Amino acid sequence: MMQIALIDYGSGNLRSAERALLAVGALASKRVNVRITDDPDFVRRADKIILPGQGAFGECMAGFHARDGLCAAVTEAAISRGAPFLGICVGMQLLATRGEENGSHQGLGWIGGVCRPLLPGAGPVPHMGWNLVQSTSAHPVLGPLGASAYMYFAHSYVISEAPEAAIIAQTTHNERFTSVIARDNLIGVQFHPEKSQAAGLALLARFLDWQP
Amino acid sequence: MSLTVRIIPCLDVKDGRVVKGVQFGALRDAGDPAEQAAFYDAQGADELCFLDISASLERRGTLLDAVARTAERCFTPLTVGGGVRNVEDVQALLRAGADKAAINTAAVLDPTLIARISGRFGAQCLVVAVDAKQTGPQKWEVFTHGGHKPTGLDAVAFAVDAAKLGAGELLITSMDRDGVKNGYDLGLLAAISRQVAVPVIASGGAGSVQDLAPAVLEGGASAVLAASIFHFGEATLAQARTALAQAGIPVRPV
Repeated sequence: MMQIALIDYGSGNLRSAERALLAVGALASKRVNVRITDDPDFVRRADKIILPGQGAFGECMAGFHARDGLCAAVTEAAISRGAPFLGICVGMQLLATRGEENGSHQGLGWIGGVCRPLLPGAGPVPHMGWNLVQSTSAHPVLGPLGASAYMYFAHSYVISEAPEAAIIAQTTHNERFTSVIARDNLIGVQFHPEKSQAAGLALLARFLDWQP
Repeated sequence: MSLTVRIIPCLDVKDGRVVKGVQFGALRDAGDPAEQAAFYDAQGADELCFLDISASLERRGTLLDAVARTAERCFTPLTVGGGVRNVEDVQALLRAGADKAAINTAAVLDPTLIARISGRFGAQCLVVAVDAKQTGPQKWEVFTHGGHKPTGLDAVAFAVDAAKLGAGELLITSMDRDGVKNGYDLGLLAAISRQVAVPVIASGGAGSVQDLAPAVLEGGASAVLAASIFHFGEATLAQARTALAQAGIPVRPV
């Protein structure tokens, strides 16, 4: 049975992600156990790690560190052991080196870049709703180069200055920003696959199949 | 710009059933919220809104189990409002499966609540709902308690302040147009949308899919919310998408 750790650090709607993963597992007749957890022991052994996130960068980072041993366990699973890791929304942004939301905060820095405000412009901020995710580099979780899909976004900050090689897809709203980053066994998406109906569920299914 | 305009069916819920009123009264039964949510999710709704319209009035909390059953059935964002009075209420809604909380009466009684919810869960999680009634040319007043209590507050000024305090979106409902089905109050929408950077959701008055495009083109709305036209089978979401697309508005292909 595939053990999926959905990291609970006091942020956001974890039920949506849990339901979406269970639905994906059921559709593909996969045996998956999804656990919303802050238990370091479970995280250390999990087959897949998902870091969701809603809210401010600094608060999310603080919440992550506030739970005893949680950050160390996620680091051990994703970095030392190489378990497939998916960061969603702020969970993706935490992969940056630092975040500039309500002050400057250190991120996990696993991929790099800076999390800064989406540029103002004709489009409203927060960037809220369905927008096109266009792949700029092929990736097993995203599909072939040039593939595009509408996904649901809800954010006011973006990762910029990510390493060129880590940029997998981009989206346009007031500017062209990075909507998917990846390296090795790590992938982060700015949108919410768990709220993106069929396109989002298909992405989650590919993440469950992914063996980097 | 490739962000598409959202079409949001709204489930007005009273005592666990979807209802739809005319000018905030005269309710007609329109079904089970979870069933309705699944139906709209399958039709490709861009988002769903669940408003417990009796909650604030009767001073009881939102029906969390109805929310949980509804959230269970949809893989599209769900906004829930009605009876949200504090940060803990928002937490409970999110735990039940809501993605965003809408606040109305409580935000008027204590605007600092907007900043507190936004600070805790992020602006993207908070919709401030404004029920407004026209009182003169280019003048609208905020009402609370499900449209029962006048507040003396100017609706445009209140909406602008709410955005400054941390509302991630503004759900603007014209009480004059609610359920009357002769189009959104475009003047109200335009007066607010031109002064705020956050998305404005148009609500109250959609009588046919032809009413949707003007809310975007003239009202400056980022999303259109409707109840009656969808609940009673007068229009499908596909027809709504087509009507917007024909007016040159980007919509999500489903």
